[in-house]
Parts: sequence; structure tokens; C-alpha cells
Amino acid sequence: MPLSKELIEQKLNEKFSGESFVFTEHRNELTVSLDKKNIAALCKYLKEEDQLAFKLCEDITAIDWAKRKNRFTVVYHIFSIKQNFRLTLKADVDESDCNIDSVSSVWKTANWHERETFDMYGIHFNNHPDLRRMYMPEEFEYHPLRKDFPLMGIPGSLSLPKNKN
Amino acid sequence: MGLEARLNGDSFFTTTVDALTEWARKNSVWPMPMGISCCAIEMMASGDPKYDIARFGSEVMRFTPRQCDLMIVAGTVTYKMSHVVRKIYDQMPDPKWVIAMGACTSSGGMYRSYPVVQGIDQFLPVDIYVAGCPPRPDNLLNALMQIQDKIGRTKARDFQDKPLPELTVIQNN
Repeated sequence: MPLSKELIEQKLNEKFSGESFVFTEHRNELTVSLDKKNIAALCKYLKEEDQLAFKLCEDITAIDWAKRKNRFTVVYHIFSIKQNFRLTLKADVDESDCNIDSVSSVWKTANWHERETFDMYGIHFNNHPDLRRMYMPEEFEYHPLRKDFPLMGIPGSLSLPKNKN
Repeated sequence: MGLEARLNGDSFFTTTVDALTEWARKNSVWPMPMGISCCAIEMMASGDPKYDIARFGSEVMRFTPRQCDLMIVAGTVTYKMSHVVRKIYDQMPDPKWVIAMGACTSSGGMYRSYPVVQGIDQFLPVDIYVAGCPPRPDNLLNALMQIQDKIGRTKARDFQDKPLPELTVIQNN
């Protein structure tokens, strides 16, 4: 049975009956907005349920809305090879409680995607096995993809070797 | 052929130490190919038979800094990479020269952004800047010829033994 928007809606509402999901469709691609509390359990279900089988985590990233109440949205792009179906998950994260559960126990590749998101946006991923920065040096204090970070950086925040000659 | 035709049967000729070292140095500039991004492709092209960097005695691209005289920094240098570039430069024996190849190394180029060093002369003594994005091989060869001219203007005693630079240990790297 091919996967459809209706089937996913039905399955998620059955399994997580207490949750409120918002389903939107754009250009035949389905997006599910959800609460960040249950993200790990939900991802595990999406991967392991035989009919869904979202076994490929394509990307994890975030959006900085700058002035919105829930400042960040963490975005998961997942794909079911078995069903040839692409799904986007969105979970809001507020700056005052800037963390979300890690899904690296579900998809191994999420480990580095979450490290990148942490590096660029400063969102902490709970229970992540190795939450170090991905690109910027360890001692760097800022998160460059936040909207309040200036394009040319903070002067003096990145070190250069001393010119000895 | 060349030299022996001028000797006219004599078995010796006279010259100065400066002229001899200068001649030897400028015709055996061994480059350190510091290929970091796309400029490195043009740098490799200048080594192929069409452009043939061997005409200038510089075909010996050594991948160890200890055998090199000239560092060709070819590519975008980020702040994180700058420490590596400097560390390799420090391991090259004196006398040594640096070519900043391309827009990125010379000025940051199109990467006017926080992670990219806006010109490697902030941490390296650069001799020649090569324009282009990336520069064509003939442009790089022109830079090499200018380095040769520059070496030609030096004297053997210009390069006295210098004390070795202090070793710095970079933590967490």
C-alpha cells in the first residue's frame, strides 16, 4: 500500500493521540509541525514502523526567526526509500529553553547534523553523545547563523597566527 | 652548446659567490603546493606539459615543507586553516618566498564573510600577489618569474642563519 498524506496523519494520530500535529502540504511534500517534547519517540516510530520506514535522515537544520516568540524552528528532512516518500518535521524551540532531544540514537547520521545545527544556531541537543562544534574552532563563543551575528564576524573572536617576520 | 662554447679551451671561469648562488637559487625554486581549494587545480595545470613549470626549474613540487623554497598558497584560507598554513610555512628552511595565488588568498575574494581571512598577508610575509579567480597557469608562471627576478636581486649574505622560530603547541587541534 503506497504511503499517502492521509495514512501518515491517521497513523500518527493513532500512535500519539495526546499530541497536536499540524499537517501542511506544499508542492506534494508533506510537513508535520509538532511539539518538541516527543521528537525522539516520534522519529523512532517513523523509522521503525514497517509501513512508514523513514530510514534516511537527509538533513537536520534550523531556522532563526529573530523576533518571533519561539525564536527557532528545528527542521528534519527524512525520506522513506521503501515508499519513495519525503517528509519534513518541524519543531519550535524558544531561546529561553534552547534545547531539544537528540535523534542521533535513531539515525546515526543525525550526530553530525545536530553538531552543525548546534554550532551554527546554539541549540543544544539533549542526550547527544558528542556535542562539539562542527566547523568553528572549539573556543569560539558565537553562533554564526543567528540573525544577530554580523556578516563580518566579531573582531578578535577568531585567532590568527602571530606574524613573526 | 651553452657554457662550454664560451670557455674557448680554458678549463675555468671566474665569477662571484653572489652571482653563482643567485643563479643556482633562482633556477631551482622548489614550490610547496599549499593547494587549499580551486586555485590548486590551476596550480596543477601549470605543472603539466602544456604550461610546463619545469622550464623554470620548479617542477619539483614537494609535499614536505622541509625541501621547499617557495610556498604557493592556492585557495581560500579560513581562520581555522591559517594556523596550519603558518605551521607549514615555519617548517620551510630559509631563504623562502610566498606567492598568494588568486583573489581569496590575496584579499578574501568573494568570501567577504566571518570565517575567511581577508588576505593571508595578515599572518604571512607575501612576496607576490597573483590576480584572478582562479588565475590562469600563465599568470602563475609570471609570478614565478617575478620571484626569480626578486631572487636575482638578492645577495648570498642577505640570508644569515636565523634562530629557529619558537615551537608553539596548538591545543585541541
